[in-house]
Amino acid sequence: MTLFQSHDLTRRETLKLAAGLGVSFLLPGMELRAAERRGDERPRSLITLWMAGGPSQLETWDPHPESKHGGPTRAISTTIPDLKIAHHLPQMAEQMHKLSVIRSLVSKEGDHQRGTYFVQTGYRPETTVVHPSLGSILTQQRPDDRVEIPMHVSLATGDGFVVPRGGYLGDEYDAFRIYDPGHNIRNMRQPVSDERQDRRLANLEVVARTFRKGRERQVDETLHQHMIERALTMMLSEQLKAFELDDEPQAVIERYGDSRFGRGCLVARRLVQQGVRSIQVVLQGFDTHANNFEGHEIQCAQLDPAFASLVQDLEEHDLLQSTIVLCIGEFGRTPKINALDGRDHWPQGFSCVVGGGGLKSGVVIGGTDPDRAAREQDRPDNSRSATDDPVQIPDLFATILKQMNISPDREIITPIGRPIALCEGTPIERLMG
Amino acid sequence: MKRLLPPAVVVLGVALLTAIASSTSVRQGPQGSSTADFTNLHTAVRDVDAELQRRWQELGLTPAPPADDLQVLRRLSLALHGTIPSLEEIRQFEADDQPNRLLRWTASMLNDSRFADYFSERLARSYVGVEEGQFVIFRRDRFTHWLSEQLRPTNPEERRPYDAIVRDMIAGRGVWTGKGEVNFITAGFANGDFDENKLTARTVRAFLGQRIDCAQCHNHPFDTWTQDQFEGLAAHYGQVQLTLGGIRDPTGHLFDLPLESVSEFSSASVSAELRKTFRDHQQRLRKHAAIEVVTDDALWLVKDARESEDELEPRFVVRRVPDVLAVSNSDGEYLVEDRNTLAQHLVDPAVPFHPEWLGTEGNRRERLAVWVTHPDNRRFERAIANRVWALLFGRPYLSHRPVDDLPSPDLSGETDDTHMLDILGHDFREHDCDLRRLVQVIAASQAFLMDSLIDWEEPEKVEAAQAAWAVFPINQRRPEQVIGAILQANSIKTIDQNSHLFVRFRRFINERDFLDEYGDLGEDELSDRTETISQALLQMNGKFAKDMTAEEAFSAPGRIASYSSTPEKLLENCFLTCLTRRPTDEEKAHFLPQLEGEQGSKKGVVQDIYWALFNSPEF
Repeated sequence: MTLFQSHDLTRRETLKLAAGLGVSFLLPGMELRAAERRGDERPRSLITLWMAGGPSQLETWDPHPESKHGGPTRAISTTIPDLKIAHHLPQMAEQMHKLSVIRSLVSKEGDHQRGTYFVQTGYRPETTVVHPSLGSILTQQRPDDRVEIPMHVSLATGDGFVVPRGGYLGDEYDAFRIYDPGHNIRNMRQPVSDERQDRRLANLEVVARTFRKGRERQVDETLHQHMIERALTMMLSEQLKAFELDDEPQAVIERYGDSRFGRGCLVARRLVQQGVRSIQVVLQGFDTHANNFEGHEIQCAQLDPAFASLVQDLEEHDLLQSTIVLCIGEFGRTPKINALDGRDHWPQGFSCVVGGGGLKSGVVIGGTDPDRAAREQDRPDNSRSATDDPVQIPDLFATILKQMNISPDREIITPIGRPIALCEGTPIERLMG
Repeated sequence: MKRLLPPAVVVLGVALLTAIASSTSVRQGPQGSSTADFTNLHTAVRDVDAELQRRWQELGLTPAPPADDLQVLRRLSLALHGTIPSLEEIRQFEADDQPNRLLRWTASMLNDSRFADYFSERLARSYVGVEEGQFVIFRRDRFTHWLSEQLRPTNPEERRPYDAIVRDMIAGRGVWTGKGEVNFITAGFANGDFDENKLTARTVRAFLGQRIDCAQCHNHPFDTWTQDQFEGLAAHYGQVQLTLGGIRDPTGHLFDLPLESVSEFSSASVSAELRKTFRDHQQRLRKHAAIEVVTDDALWLVKDARESEDELEPRFVVRRVPDVLAVSNSDGEYLVEDRNTLAQHLVDPAVPFHPEWLGTEGNRRERLAVWVTHPDNRRFERAIANRVWALLFGRPYLSHRPVDDLPSPDLSGETDDTHMLDILGHDFREHDCDLRRLVQVIAASQAFLMDSLIDWEEPEKVEAAQAAWAVFPINQRRPEQVIGAILQANSIKTIDQNSHLFVRFRRFINERDFLDEYGDLGEDELSDRTETISQALLQMNGKFAKDMTAEEAFSAPGRIASYSSTPEKLLENCFLTCLTRRPTDEEKAHFLPQLEGEQGSKKGVVQDIYWALFNSPEF
């Protein structure tokens, strides 16, 4: 039994032969490609637009120009009657009827790292166990061996703690990171001829075998060999093209915005076509403790075209029905405007947009009253008025899990022997399709 | 930076030619006499080994056999210099037949400036994090430079002991650009606001090896930390202010009142007489000002507001110091918003245990610095022992817990697996808190010298052996170790301070680029990690792998190929350069045919051997 070559050689030859003869049925998974499947037969995917730093609800999905805490942000009408969003998001205003808005998310975590952990895993940080991110859960629960590229991807990836982790499911479920989407493909191609690649792999096998002797378990724990094998499979895969934008018209790239985030959203659509289960696209820079309004104008100038194009594009490719799109950050920002014209962290009453994947659209849940919240801003959590119609993060997760046909209360035995439910929330019926 | 590269590479080529032509002398081996006295070290190592053996016996474990000296040299080089030994160093090491070879080489590596530079970078992660220059007032490079300078002197008398280094950080004053240590404090600023909480949590994590972060908002659920304790600690940083002259701690002291005035503070309202007294000292108190007793007969807060209907805000603090009442501006005090009354409340500095360890002189931070590093504060030495252990082995001594989450020494039910940290900590204190001594003791212990080989396969046994240090752990290399090793393997000579400027310049540029792509593990670096598919791709296909294995005239593959007299020699040199070992018989049987005869002159043969060595789990 060889360590690295196994069947790859013949497989590569088969691939070449198949491609050369134009017999596409020989190409693995080709006839089953996700993009060609429709309706219920198509497994669902999740795209999370991660607003790193904590976006201000008042400058995005929940503007309050009438309030003295509303700042200069204006509210504009959208395709959902009675729903107004910040004037920074004119393109999204045209897409809102395809999605739903929750304006009353609540969390108790007001620190970036802890807040990110909570809003990515649905659990508050604990010292004894690391919970898996929602994307890892989906990937682990809904595997698909026709997909040869990573099933869990983070694009335009952010700081270490923003990368969705596999937690107790294992590092192998960590998101595959692409720092600069559409531009960072080079490492995925072998740089030498097939003949030399084969020689290299044969060499590697000999050296690796020496080291493994007497260290099998410890070496295996590092997943080194497993990762090299997966990397080799991926390098030969046709699906790899999903990471490239060479065949996308420049007009499309520009429609999304030729930034890391914009290209990330476009690559996300391409990955969904290949059947990738969970994709995170990160937009950094929402931590506006100073110059909040200018900051959000800059942020939204990237978010608006990319998000709107993504929704339109998914729809045009008939993928919106099978792809849940979620736009969320670790928390919102304070109603009070501080001395530096900034807003600080505010986990009690913030917004997200969610839709697609068969979820109900046009639903608006909850609302905030910035004046009341500002009056009570400095009170302890338990003496503030409750947010109207509050929605817990785990409930949002349970909704997504259920919509992807995964039972949220399914328990997994963690490495420390403690069974933990995938999610402790209850699906939000108003959103279920 | 990247645009600079092509011309630089041209110059580099020329420079290397010159360097090669002119370097005839062999570099000096380890400094110091081969008969250096290590008796003192032996005693400490014996205690550490005895503790290891006690645990193995208790658990019925047979430790792994000793590792080959060359492998230990490789470990030391990776841990202390962030790279692997050069072929040049390997040759010198093998030629050294004097006693105490490893001990002398460890000492010599510690005296190399690469140690100060690399270790200060690793340690800095726990002190100031990994983010660079995000704020105008924070200069990470100045901090690491300063730390490196503290570790650098080879003469022990010139070196700052670790406890003094820590005191410098906690109590640093002045401008962060000029005084590197001040960046420990300025790292606590975010968007112009100073965050005492962040710095307090970091102080406890970095210097005491414990986590009290969650006590910032509520009493610690698992430990004994309370929110009051957290606030009391944070109050030590409560006077920190950013001024034109840098970081300072103004006390805000205004004037003193005689002790008799104490009666004036017994009622909530302000008397006309008290207002007059304040006026005499050029301070204004309005009629509607109010007095709040913070501590009976000892501490009062005077609140005032512009208009009577406005909310009262703290203005002055009156504190009873032995013979007088000292009145100070509340700006110089630590005020925390009370979670129940909504009012700001005054928190006086306090420590959660052993207040007698606090310094008696200087400002609040200076007193805190003395407390943190107090000779009886066992948390301090345990924390650094656990961290240095982790930097040498890739995981902390208590390998199942985060490096900065040690149990409290005085908690009942203390497990005896912390005993090692006390042994190391005690020796560290006895030897003037010398970090090099700590490194030497750990590096000479049986745990560090043993192989990663074991001959049993039961998962539980392997796990137990790993937890009890009965086998050397196999870790994923840190990114800078991977690139450091790739770069070093590409050069026959040692890349260090003596290297030609251009060789070092290339190392600098390449490291930066590689780290960006490989990803930095951040502060979380010492927790258990596995390799990712992205890293595998980068190592197999990245431009670094390509550049570094190129058989060019000046690269190691090129030079080894040109000067190795026989295929056997060539193969051996490749293995030594990349893996710091010689090929096995099986490996020889596989590789030699590739190098012999016409085959051997084919393009890419040596490069493909290098490629395999770089990508092996052993690299």
